[in-house]
Amino acid sequence: MNTASGCAVSEPRSHRAFPAAAFLASVALAVATILSGCTSMTNEPLFERLGGESGLEALADAFLIRLAEDEVVVATFDDTDIDQFRGHLIDQLCELSGGPCTYEGRTMAEAHSGLNISPKQFNSLVEDLMQAMADVDIPLGARNELLGMLAPMYHDTIGG
Amino acid sequence: MATDNLRQALLIIALVFTGLSAIADSKILATGGVSGIEGGSGGGVNPWALISGYGSSGEWGATAFSTHVRIDDFQLWSRGGALAYGDRVELSFARQTLKVRPLDTSIRQDIVGLKIRLIGELLYSRAPQISLGVQHKTLEDNAIARALGASDDSGTDYFLAASKLWFAAAAGRNLLTNISIRHSRANQNGLLGFGGPGDPSRWTAEMSAAVFINDHWLVGADYRQKSGQLSSVDEDDWSDIFVSYLPNKRLAFVAAWAELGDIAGLQDQSGFYLSAQVSL
Repeated sequence: MNTASGCAVSEPRSHRAFPAAAFLASVALAVATILSGCTSMTNEPLFERLGGESGLEALADAFLIRLAEDEVVVATFDDTDIDQFRGHLIDQLCELSGGPCTYEGRTMAEAHSGLNISPKQFNSLVEDLMQAMADVDIPLGARNELLGMLAPMYHDTIGG
Repeated sequence: MATDNLRQALLIIALVFTGLSAIADSKILATGGVSGIEGGSGGGVNPWALISGYGSSGEWGATAFSTHVRIDDFQLWSRGGALAYGDRVELSFARQTLKVRPLDTSIRQDIVGLKIRLIGELLYSRAPQISLGVQHKTLEDNAIARALGASDDSGTDYFLAASKLWFAAAAGRNLLTNISIRHSRANQNGLLGFGGPGDPSRWTAEMSAAVFINDHWLVGADYRQKSGQLSSVDEDDWSDIFVSYLPNKRLAFVAAWAELGDIAGLQDQSGFYLSAQVSL
């Protein structure tokens, strides 16, 4: 029906006799085709797209600056050894993104137990990370992929 | 008259929020959705499982909106707002005015909605965010509805909505999807009354998908099955393609092209949908 050959994408004309799934699929296909700029996607590992080890160091520094300026979360770092936190953060992001590292710190649940982190604080921290990733010019696709890997940590971090 | 009442409603919302010291800022941009034509949070035409505004646990959030749909033979204004608590419960109101150009007349409908988030977090849980919603619709001008065979002037819709964000799912962009099932007796969303000679009520499905071009721009589509009961006129499913712009957590704008099919015997109705929203 809506075969996207090359860059040509046809638009659905009428919704009549146009099943819902086909309509949504064709729009999604159209958007994805336009977004990908008709170029083949690179399959470079996430670790490389984050800029490798030096990229993660720059990201960690940008993130720490954002956290230090964030009134909502900064107090939760009162008892944190920032150098150790930075090291653990880099190791964790490196391991998570498929880099040559091993995270040897505590689990997320252990590290956050007793801090009673609220959803508001977690969201604020996510925004700090999103801004930090933009600060160091990480490409949008890599940013979203990393956020998707970190998102499930919400349940180990909140409350407790 | 209608605008006076609306002004009062907006004034009350504004006063409530002047009394609350903090402006809610605790959710990620766009996770409050945008105001739907029925008042609650959604993507525009379809309500989603999201809760309006940017309040997190223990906080209030609020939205006010104005939406205008201009199709071949009709113009629809929908204005209203929503009050939300703790990213959990949403109370919404919408006043719809449909101008029927060939008859030079208007139909007004009020919608009060309640939505409760049951489980899930749009961004963080493996399962989707799932909410249960109720919309009570009251038709104020029933002449056309009754002439077409509708049996009632008010009705209550129930819906269960599931929303989920899929990270980096479309060319590295985040994809937001929503599926809902709705139980309704409404003809054309209630603007042509409720019930009729057909089945007393009906289950319908609604689907939406939107891609985040970046943090501020979304492009997507809605599809909404319809529950129309009238035998005198046909009712078609609705679909639309939309672009949403959220410059910050206070403002949201939606522009769409909507294909609404046959409405009250007037065929192939399509046109523009424009909406603006303020969040507190």
